[in-house]
This record gives sequence, structure tokens and C-alpha cells, in this order.
Amino acid sequence: MKGRTRFESIKEWLIERIIWICGVSSILFVFAIFFFVFREGSAFLFRGFKPVEFFTSIEWYPTSQSHVRYGALALILGTFSVTTLAMLIAIPFGLGAAIYISEFCSARVRETVKIIIELLAAIPSVVWGFIGLTIMNSLIIRLFHAPIGLTMLNGGIILALMSVPIVVSIGEDALKAVPDSYREAAIAMGCTRWQLVYRVLLPAARNGLLAAVLLGIGRGIGETMAVLMATGHSIRIPTSLLDPVRTLTATIAAELGEAAVHSDHYQVLFIIGILLFMITFIINLTADLIVKGIRKQ
Amino acid sequence: MKNSKLTIKDLRVRFGHKQAIKGISFDVYQNEILGIIGPAQSGKSTLLKVLNRTIELIPGAHTSGQVFMDGQDIQKLSNVYKLRRSIGIVSPLPVGLPLSIYDNVAFAPRMAGVRKKRDLDDCVERCLRQAALWDEVKTRLQTLGTRLSGGQQQRLTIARALSHEPQVLCLDEFSIAIDPVTTMRIEEVLKELRSQMTIILVTNLVQQARRLADRTAFMFNGELVEIDDTKVIFSEKAAVRQTYEYVNGVFG
Repeated sequence: MKGRTRFESIKEWLIERIIWICGVSSILFVFAIFFFVFREGSAFLFRGFKPVEFFTSIEWYPTSQSHVRYGALALILGTFSVTTLAMLIAIPFGLGAAIYISEFCSARVRETVKIIIELLAAIPSVVWGFIGLTIMNSLIIRLFHAPIGLTMLNGGIILALMSVPIVVSIGEDALKAVPDSYREAAIAMGCTRWQLVYRVLLPAARNGLLAAVLLGIGRGIGETMAVLMATGHSIRIPTSLLDPVRTLTATIAAELGEAAVHSDHYQVLFIIGILLFMITFIINLTADLIVKGIRKQ
Repeated sequence: MKNSKLTIKDLRVRFGHKQAIKGISFDVYQNEILGIIGPAQSGKSTLLKVLNRTIELIPGAHTSGQVFMDGQDIQKLSNVYKLRRSIGIVSPLPVGLPLSIYDNVAFAPRMAGVRKKRDLDDCVERCLRQAALWDEVKTRLQTLGTRLSGGQQQRLTIARALSHEPQVLCLDEFSIAIDPVTTMRIEEVLKELRSQMTIILVTNLVQQARRLADRTAFMFNGELVEIDDTKVIFSEKAAVRQTYEYVNGVFG
């Protein structure tokens, strides 16, 4: 290190620090967000919060004059029903598309389709919400003769379209990661392309595909703007696809601006935030563990 | 004159502009072990891909010429899956599918539509016995095939290649990833299998061809230099000077 000038070693030190800060900041931000959300909701969480009511009652009257109630069951069910519906659509389509792109199409088609799917992922969620509010809305009214088209079905379809790109790109990566020698060996034994897919590739890429599905679900649960615009936003336990629903995320988005800062209502919204944070955290963690499982193999 | 199992006529293969096989013709007789020797890049593995028509799956590969199996042009067969099942391929590096030992061997019969547990059990046992692996794995058929050692995995792929009852068994440098003892065991297995099928043994090890093969073909640079009885190829009587030099390690 003799030839090194003082300036150079300071520069080196500085660059190392900056890179270190970049790396650590992402961890810091996640913890800061969690801390902030928790702090905003914590006072009420330990004082007047009724967990039983929160999880079992559908009576969400945060601004009632006489009797304020914070029953979030309908919201929780709203989130889960819309997400489930979205996944019922997105998983078969997404995995099917991933299989097609990875195994069945020509190189040229593959490049085109991948670009389009990336484009799909880049559409802002408010634009999706807009499509739900206008095109899907009138379509559902016309097709099902429903009084209103802003329903669970509408939100589910929009959400599915938003999740498909994630499922496709991660699912395709998982299939591509299966060694070609498996394909060659199976084909040499005389199996057809479809037998190859369901007998060899799907089992071999199982973990990666599961991760793709879980990340798609995470996307669905966390999505706010599009579902707020497309689902009708009314508090009820949905009994049919054509019922409007309201989700946890949409509730926060719609009500936080109205709630007085540090009021009970405000804090309950943050408790919903904590709940969402935990759900997505668990899903991401599971996906992560599964992906790690693949690498070990 | 012996029966021809395979007849190859003026076979040419190119990948893009690169010629891999430059017009070769020869016969493979019923129930013989044909050794194919030659340095890397001489078109031996490509030849095997032509036989089971997996060459068609490689982008940019062009094939001309004909290959007859039992007198039938294989390129005109409508059921390519049946053709592939009638040819067993063992690749240089063992490829255990990520399935159990049992499922690895039962894979091809299941593809072909065998469903009965009894039949599958019988087939799995027969093939593992033939590949000299049965005694080592009979107590743990449900463990993952990829957990086996390299030599065991190679025998597993042989068992798997036997499971669809091939008429032709092609081994592509099966011994490069395994130890000498296992290699000798597999060589014994091949000698026994000769009575039931035709075996094509592609190898880099000229001594292996000398030990096993009834006839030996020497390929170099996409051309068939010479094909004759192994005894002839490995003697001074070899017709082409290059063959003599190759088998004696003068070049290669």
C-alpha cells in the first residue's frame, strides 16, 4: 500500500462507507416502517382495543356518535375473498403462461410475450382501478344484469390481472432453473411434452412455483388503489361474486385522511396496518424459506 | 451374413454451418456390442441423438441421409415416442430425475401406460437386477434417486434405460464419472445384456472398446474412418493408418 496517496485511501474509505449505508438502509427502513406503524397504533392497542370485537364483529362504525364499534371481520373477509378469487384466476393462468413461455413457445414468441408481461407489471395500480371502475363495471352490469358492477368479481379480476405478471415471471424462472439434462433424459425415454411437464418439470420446480404463487398472493393482499376503486367499498360479508366488498387496505386508504390524528379511529387504522404487515411478512417469509429450500437442493 | 438391426446410409448432420457428421454409412448387427471410439468432437454423441430423433429438438440442426431400424426408415415413423422407447440412452453424467429410485425406474413404463402396481414392481426389480443395483437399494426404493453415489446413479440410469425394454441400448461414455470397480461391474452387465439387445457403446477409452466390443468403429472429425471386428481394429491389420495410431495412443 506504499504507493497509495492519502487522498486515495480516504476515497476508498468513503466509498466503502457509502456502499455499507446503502446496504444497511434497506433493513433500517423496514424496521423503521414497522416501528412507526406499531407506535401509531400501540397506545390504543394496549388501552381500549377489543381484539374479540375486532376479529369477530362485522360492525365497523368508527365515526358513530352514540356507540363506536371497530369490528373488522367484514374487512378481513373482504380482503381474503377478493384475494382468493384473484388467485383462483391468476394461479392457473399465471402458471399456464409460465409453462407455455418456458417450454412450448419459440424463442421469438418468448421474447415478445415476456416484454408484454413486463409491461403488464408496470401499469400503475390506479390505472387498473380506472379500468375496473369504467370498463369492467359496465361489462359486469351488462353480462350479469347486476345493479352495480363494482363487486368482488370486478376486484378479483383486476387483482388477478395485476398478480399474473409476478406469478409468470417467477414461475418461469423456476422452470428455467430445472436442468436441461432432466428434459433430455425424460424425452429420451419417450415421454411427450405434456408428460414431461407434469411428470418431471412441475415436481422439480415445485418450490419455485410455490414461491411464485405466494408472492402473487402477497401482491393481492397488499394491493389498495385498484381494489378500492373496483370493489364497491361497502362493508358486508360477501355471499356472492356480485356483492360489493371492502378490503383492509382500502379502508385505511379511504379513512385515514378523515380520522383525527391520534384519535382511536386513527389508531385502529394503524392496527389494521400492523395486521396487514404481519400477513404479508408471513407470506414473504414463507416464500423466502421455500426459495432457500430450492437452492439447497 | 448377420442380421442388421440398424442401417445408416449417408448420414449428414450440421448445426448451422458447422458440419458435425459428414456422410457416414454403416450397419449395426443384431445382438452385438458395437464400440464407437474417437476423440471429442468427432460426432459420436450426435449420432446417438439421430438414432432416437432427439436431434430434431435442437434448434439449427439439419439432418440428411437415412437411418433404418429393422428395415424401417426411422424418420418416417409416425410415433416418435415409441421409437424413443425402443432405444435406451445412457448419458455421460448420470441424470437421476428428482424422483425416488422406484419412480425413476417406473417412469418410462408409466409413460407408456402401465398402471398395475404388480407389473411396475416386477419391472423395477427386473431392471435394477439387470443393472446390478438391486441388492444395494432394495431396502430403500423410496429414497430420492439423487441421493445415491455417482456409480449407483449411473447404474440407476442404466436400469431406467432398460425399463422400457429397448431393442437398442446406447451408452455414451458411461464411465467418465464413475470409479473403475463400478465400471467393471457395468461392463459385466453389458456382456450379459448382449444376448437380449443390441448395444452401442460410445467411449473415449479405447481399451474399454477392446474389452467389450465385438466390432469397433473409429470416428474422427465427423467421418467414419474405419469399422471392423475389434480384433482387426486393434491390430496392425487396421486398414487405415490413423486408426492404428489412435488406438495405440500416437494421437488423439
